[in-house]
Amino acid sequence: MRHLLSIAQLSRAEIEAILDRAESFAEVGRRDIKKVPTLRGRTVVTLFYESSTRTSSSFELAAKRLSADLVSVKAAGSSVDKGESLKDTVATLSAYDPAAIVIRHPHAGAAQLVAGWADASVVNAGDGKHEHPSQALLDVYTLRRRLGSLEGRRIWIVGDVLHSRVARSNLIAFKEMGAELTVCGPPALIPRGLEELGCEVAHSLDDLGDADVVYALRLQRERMHESFVPSLREYAAHFQIDSRRLGPRQLLMHPGPVNRGVELSGEAIDSPQSLIAEQVASGLVVRMAILYELLAAGDEEPAPAAGNGAARPTPIGQPA
Amino acid sequence: MEMRSGESADLVLRGATLLDPAAGIEGRHDVVVREGRVAEIGAPGAADATGLEEVDAEGLHAFPAFFDPHVHLRTPGQEHKEDVETGARSAAAGGYCGVLAMANTEPPVSDPADVEALLADAGSAAAIRVGFLATVTRAMEGEELTEMASLREAGAAGFSDDGLPVRSARVLRRALQYQRLCGGTIALHEEDPELSGDGVMHEGPVSATLGLAGVPSISESTTIARDAAIAGYEGGRIHVQHLSALESVEAVRVAKAAGVEITCEASPHHLCLTDEAVRTLDPRRFKMNPPLRSEADRQALIEGLLDGTIDCIATDHAPHAAEEKEVPFEEAAMGVTGLETAFAALHTHLVLPGTIGLDLLVEKLGAGVEPFGVERSSLAPGSEANIALCDLSARWTVGEEGYESRSSNSWCDGEELTGRVLMTLAGGQVAYRLRSFSLGVAA
Repeated sequence: MRHLLSIAQLSRAEIEAILDRAESFAEVGRRDIKKVPTLRGRTVVTLFYESSTRTSSSFELAAKRLSADLVSVKAAGSSVDKGESLKDTVATLSAYDPAAIVIRHPHAGAAQLVAGWADASVVNAGDGKHEHPSQALLDVYTLRRRLGSLEGRRIWIVGDVLHSRVARSNLIAFKEMGAELTVCGPPALIPRGLEELGCEVAHSLDDLGDADVVYALRLQRERMHESFVPSLREYAAHFQIDSRRLGPRQLLMHPGPVNRGVELSGEAIDSPQSLIAEQVASGLVVRMAILYELLAAGDEEPAPAAGNGAARPTPIGQPA
Repeated sequence: MEMRSGESADLVLRGATLLDPAAGIEGRHDVVVREGRVAEIGAPGAADATGLEEVDAEGLHAFPAFFDPHVHLRTPGQEHKEDVETGARSAAAGGYCGVLAMANTEPPVSDPADVEALLADAGSAAAIRVGFLATVTRAMEGEELTEMASLREAGAAGFSDDGLPVRSARVLRRALQYQRLCGGTIALHEEDPELSGDGVMHEGPVSATLGLAGVPSISESTTIARDAAIAGYEGGRIHVQHLSALESVEAVRVAKAAGVEITCEASPHHLCLTDEAVRTLDPRRFKMNPPLRSEADRQALIEGLLDGTIDCIATDHAPHAAEEKEVPFEEAAMGVTGLETAFAALHTHLVLPGTIGLDLLVEKLGAGVEPFGVERSSLAPGSEANIALCDLSARWTVGEEGYESRSSNSWCDGEELTGRVLMTLAGGQVAYRLRSFSLGVAA
């Protein structure tokens, strides 16, 4: 794998391989010394044109845990503020000869463009409303740990699908892993023609009880000004996942950050069914696995199996 | 319309296969051009070539040169993208003998003096005839009418706020009322900005997958229906630009049946491509307004060509600088170039598979004159020489040898096409010869 631009580029077996690798990093994370020397002497650049907490911090920590040198660039306060184009910014950063560029950008296709310009491996950390493949991988990882397999599981994605890159990448990934999918939300927030991605579309939560997993999406507060929904109150009345709607055997997920009291009730967030904190924890090890897959997987074979990484003479097992 | 004056063509196209559907001319002939006019059409090999350049046209096709009623020449103000000279050269390379330039320049062409200056520019720099439309509203602001009568007197070929719709029904109505005084077809970019929103591609399954905001087909068709009703009420004459959607073809069909003086055009890219191409997220080739639509829409456009609902083919040639296209899809400028590839692309995508006939293609590539009252080019003896000489079997890769246009945002860039313009006569002069097309010169 040269770049990670879209979740659609990965087969089920390739997704499984990345998740297996993440399991082995989870094992490393339980040791006193959590750092491995895999990427020593190599440079990872994170280039964020949008604000981010989880994605940027977990990619940065992932690079550090792998002993890479990290250059972290945020558009605000950088030469982007002075009008530098994406192409020129990438050319500038390429002068440091990075092994990988992790990019978050407000527009679709930005990561793909960077991949065409740079010699580095490129990771799409979110491009507009298009894709967010590392989020999809960490969500599959989280569910796999809890459920074993996604095969035949019914997953409902609820909320503002129109503006959600997470929804698009997760639909593709969950489907590839064998899940049955329903998206649900007010009609104006479900893009026309979405059924072609292989999902059911619902506009009410009446049948939410069918779901094994409920994946709620963030509703941006400004959506009501654009007439997508009349009010947050009306949205919450029809689409909020609360303890009344969430069954005891259903799992609850959300990519964060949550609008407490809008798409999710406080009780639901804090309920035992909620995997939201686990998703964040998964983000680190899955992003370590992504960087490893892109930058180091060719260096040694075979991949360390989950749980016994320390028993093998692989770079992962060696403290830095 | 104006072009630069130069040496009149004196040549014979030896043994060319002629096809001029409008004049009812076809078959193998020698075409003798003397002093810039078609002097004679004779049996192959029989024409007297004394004093004429002899062009071996054996196996080549000669068509009446094409006319494009919708191009962007970017002058004044954006000459880094195109100007009258490069745009006209680009058109000549595509087999065109005339084009009409849109008025959405910087500043827009709203003043009679601007039209006069542009015509003077064409008179000194253009290899083919170039005409200029003026805006319907001052500075394209959509509020006050331009001095339409004075603009006509200055030589404006018609009126258009192309790039933007005439948003106000009241303003369009006033313009159509004023048209009775001064003439001049009003060409309309049909789009409802409220429905288009921040859309950057066709709304449908592909936009849903890509997470790009969609422009629904009804943005175009509802505006066409509105404007056709206004034109019908006022007895005005409108020309609908770049039809893209199935519903739009139907709206024009209904208006024509109701007797409205309405004509319309479709562009080669809408006839050849669909929104599937946007999956590449390549804005240089596939971002334009109106957007590439679905296969059903493309089929409806072809049906419209076949049944006559669509009057002509127009490229909407829209040059852009590289840096405006080397950005993510949503940020990129809208528009693609098309003059140099229109014939070859349509020949490759529609004629060779048998979707439309060569005669229909030639007819529609020349029919853009009619909405604007321009004389149509013809191969008939006595006509001014306006001829496109084409090799229908030539295979070439678009852009491999660069472009005559100053910009390279061709929707065909890198594609192999079959059929190529080798030589263009425009206004009685040789406007273009493909460099590699060697000419046998008689003693």
